[in-house]
Amino acid sequence: MTLPALLALLTVVSMAGFFAGRARAIAAAGGDARRLHSLPNFHGWSAALSLFVPALAAVALWHYFAPESEVSAAKLVSVLGLGIAGALAMVLTTGQDTRARNRIEALLKAVLILCSLIAIATTLGIVLSMLFQTGNFFSQYDWTRFFFGTTWKPDFRGNSDLGFLPLLWGTLYVSTIALLVAVPIGLFAAIYMSEYASPRMRGIAKPMIEMLAGIPTIVYGLFALVTVGPLLRDWVASPLGLGESGSSVMTAGLVMGVMIIPFVSSLSDDIINAVPQSLRDGSLAIGATRSETIRQVVIPAALPGIVGAILLATSRAIGETMIVVLGAGAAAKLSLNPFEAMTTMTVKIVSQLTGDTDFTAPETLVAFALGLTLFVLTLALNIIALIIVRKYREQYE
Amino acid sequence: MTNTPANPAIKGSLLMPDLRTMARNRAEARFRAYGLAAVLVSMTLLAVLLISIFANGASAFRQTYVTIPVELTEAKLDKSGTRDLAVMKKVTTLGYAKVIAASLEAALKDKGIPVEGLSAKDIAAILSEEAPASVRDRVLADPTLIGQTLEFRLLVGSRVDGYFKGRVTKEEAAKDNKVKPEQLALADALTAAGMMKTSFNWAFITAPDASEKRPEAAGLGVAVIGSAYMMLVVLFLSLPIGVSAAVYLEEFAAKNRFTDIIEVNISNLAAVPSIVFGILGLAVFINFTGLPQSAPIVGGLVLTLMTLPRIIIPARAALKAVPPSIRDAALGVGASKMQSVLHHVLPLAAPGILTGMIIGLAQALGETAPLLLIGMVAFVRDYPGLPLEGLFDPATALPVQIYSWTQRADPAFVERASGAIIVLLAFLLVMNAVAIILRRRFERRW
Repeated sequence: MTLPALLALLTVVSMAGFFAGRARAIAAAGGDARRLHSLPNFHGWSAALSLFVPALAAVALWHYFAPESEVSAAKLVSVLGLGIAGALAMVLTTGQDTRARNRIEALLKAVLILCSLIAIATTLGIVLSMLFQTGNFFSQYDWTRFFFGTTWKPDFRGNSDLGFLPLLWGTLYVSTIALLVAVPIGLFAAIYMSEYASPRMRGIAKPMIEMLAGIPTIVYGLFALVTVGPLLRDWVASPLGLGESGSSVMTAGLVMGVMIIPFVSSLSDDIINAVPQSLRDGSLAIGATRSETIRQVVIPAALPGIVGAILLATSRAIGETMIVVLGAGAAAKLSLNPFEAMTTMTVKIVSQLTGDTDFTAPETLVAFALGLTLFVLTLALNIIALIIVRKYREQYE
Repeated sequence: MTNTPANPAIKGSLLMPDLRTMARNRAEARFRAYGLAAVLVSMTLLAVLLISIFANGASAFRQTYVTIPVELTEAKLDKSGTRDLAVMKKVTTLGYAKVIAASLEAALKDKGIPVEGLSAKDIAAILSEEAPASVRDRVLADPTLIGQTLEFRLLVGSRVDGYFKGRVTKEEAAKDNKVKPEQLALADALTAAGMMKTSFNWAFITAPDASEKRPEAAGLGVAVIGSAYMMLVVLFLSLPIGVSAAVYLEEFAAKNRFTDIIEVNISNLAAVPSIVFGILGLAVFINFTGLPQSAPIVGGLVLTLMTLPRIIIPARAALKAVPPSIRDAALGVGASKMQSVLHHVLPLAAPGILTGMIIGLAQALGETAPLLLIGMVAFVRDYPGLPLEGLFDPATALPVQIYSWTQRADPAFVERASGAIIVLLAFLLVMNAVAIILRRRFERRW
C-alpha cells in the first residue's frame, strides 16, 4: 500500500467516524436532536477529527523518521488502531450535553490563529536566514571593508573587493532620478484628480494611472532596454558626449519614475481627499482662489501624509530589481554622470546568486549581506511612512 | 471713456478685474494646467509603453514557413532497411539536413527558380536549424514514412523571417555575415512561387524554448505551464491561509499588543522588496529543505509568501464592509460567533475577497525577481509532467522566460520577448477583467 492510498483510506474511515459520531449523539438524545447541546454534525466532526488528526500525526512522524514508499502491514494496523481508538473514546463519551461545538470551534480558532502567525514566521524566516548567512559572510570578510569599501570587484578565485558604497551610490542615484520624475507628476496628478477633475474624467484617469502600477516590472525593464535606453543614447548622451552606453542610471531612473507615479498619486489622492472640506470652504470664503487654497491650506494639512507616500515610493524604488537589471547596467561605479552605466544592490544580489553558486564563498554570501541591508533600509522607510500616515489619518477622523 | 482706473492700487469696479486679480487668475489657470498636464503625461506614458511593446512584439505571432515536398530517402535515413528505431536514431539531424537540402534544391529546379550566386550551402541556410529536427521527430514517430515523398512545412531561419517582418533589409544583409542579399532574393522568389508563406505562429505559444542560434523556434510552452503550476500552488495555499488570517484578525482577535504586532508585520511584508522573498526561498526552501531548483513548487511557495499579505489586506477590508447588523442578527437567533462568521459574514464578503485574490494572483504572475534566485532562469526544453509530480520538475515561468530572452545576443529574441509580454499582459488583462466583473456584479452597498 502506498502513502496516498493510506491517506485515502484514512479519509474514508474518518467519514465512517463522522456518521458514527453523529448517530451516537442522536441516540444519546433519545432521537430528538433538539435536546443536544451541539448540532449532530458537530458531534460527527468531533469523532472524525479525533480519528483523522492523531492518525495523520502518526503517519507524518513515521514518514519523517523512517521514510519508505511502501506502507507495511504493522504500520497500517498501528496507525489505523490509534485513529480508531481516538474516535471510539470520543464516540463512547458522547452524551446529550457534550460540548462538541465548543471543541470544534476552539480547534478552528486555533487554525485561524496559526494562519495569521504565518506572517510573523515569514518575517522571522527572512531575518534569520539572512542574518545567518550574513554572519558567515562577515566571518570571512571584514565588515568595515564591506560598508566603507569603494571598489566592487568580485573574483571567484578569491581576493575580491566587495565594497558596498558604489552599489549604494547607484541605488540612491537611480532612486533619486525616479523620484524627481514621479513626485511632481504624481503629486500634480493627485491634486488635479481630487480638486479639479470632473467625476467622469476621474473615472477614466484614475484607473489608467493605476494601471501603471499593475504592469509587471519586467515589462518596464524591457521598455528601458529596447526603447528608452537606445533613445537616450542616440539623442542625448551621444550628441552631448556623455557616454555611449544604452543602459544608464538615467534610463533606469526615468523608467522607474514612470512605474512609481501611481504609488505617489494614489496615496496622495486618498490623503488629499481626507482633508476636511471645511478647511477648503473656509479658505475659499475669504476670497482665496482654488490654487491658493490648495497650496496654502490643503497641501500643508496633507503634508505628513504626502511625505509618507513619498517615503513608500522611495522604498519601492530602492527595492526594485528588474528595471535596474535590464536598464542600469552591471558595472559598479562611483560616478556623477547619469548617462553612465552603474549598478545597484538588487542587481548585484541577482548576479551573485544566479548561476553556479558556492555557499561558502564570500562572493556568494555577500548577496545575503546586501539583502539584509536592503531589507533593513526598506523596512525603516516603510515603518516611518506607516507611522506618519497612521498618525495623520487619526488626526482628522 | 473707460472705467479702468489709472492707478491699479485704487479699487475699481467689481465687474472689471484689477491687475492683481488677473495675475491671481492666471496663476490659477497655470496651476490647473500643470495638474492636467501631469494627468495627461501619465496617460501618454502608459500609451507609449504599451504601443512600444506591441510594435516590437506583434510580429512574434507570425512566422515564415516554406512548404516543399521532401523525399525521405531510405538510403540516407535507414540504411539497414529494417525500420528499427534504435538503428534509425543513429542518423542525426545533420543527416536529415542533407536530405532536406537535396529536396529543396530539387523543388527550386522544378519551379525554375534561379539560384545564381548561391552555393548549395547558402540555399540550405535559409531554412532554420530546427527544420531537420522537426522532420526527424516526425519520421521517428512513424518509420513507415521512409521512402515516401511528403509535403513538409519547414521553419525558415530568423534572418529571412525578419526580412518578411521588416526587421532585416537587403542593405543590412550585405553587412551581416549571417545572411546574404541573394538569399533574401531567393526568399522573394519562393514567396512569388507560393512556396514560402507567413502564417500565424501557434508554436510561439506551445513550443518549448530553443537555443541561442534558433530564435525562430523559441516558444513559451514550458513557461506557460510553469506559470500555470505556480499559480495553482499560490491559489491552493494562499486562499485558505489568507482568508483564515483575515477572518481571525478582523473578527476574533482582541485589540492587544500581539494583534498589533501581526498587523504591523503584514503591512510591512506587503512592502518588502520582492527580491528579498527570493533570498528567503533560496535559503529556506532550496538550501535548508532541499527542494529542487527551478521547480514550480518552490516558485509557488515563494510567491505564496509574497502574495499572502496582499490578499489579507483586501480580505480584511471586505470583511469590515459587512455591517455589524448581520453579525448581531445571527448572534441574536442563537448562532455562535464562529457560525455567524462562517454562515453569514464570510459569504457576504466573498466577492470582495475573491476580487482581492485575483488581483493578488495577477501580481504574482508578473513577478520576476524572486524567481531568478531560485533557478527558474535555467534553460528547460522538456515539458514538466502532470501535477503533483510535475510540480517538482524543472520549468520556467512567463516573466522569467522574457528575462532570459533579453539576455541573448540575437536581435530576433527582442521580438520574442516583446511577444511574450503581450501574452503575459493578455493573461493579466483577463484576470483583472474578471476581478472587475466580479466586483461590479456582486458588490453590495449597505
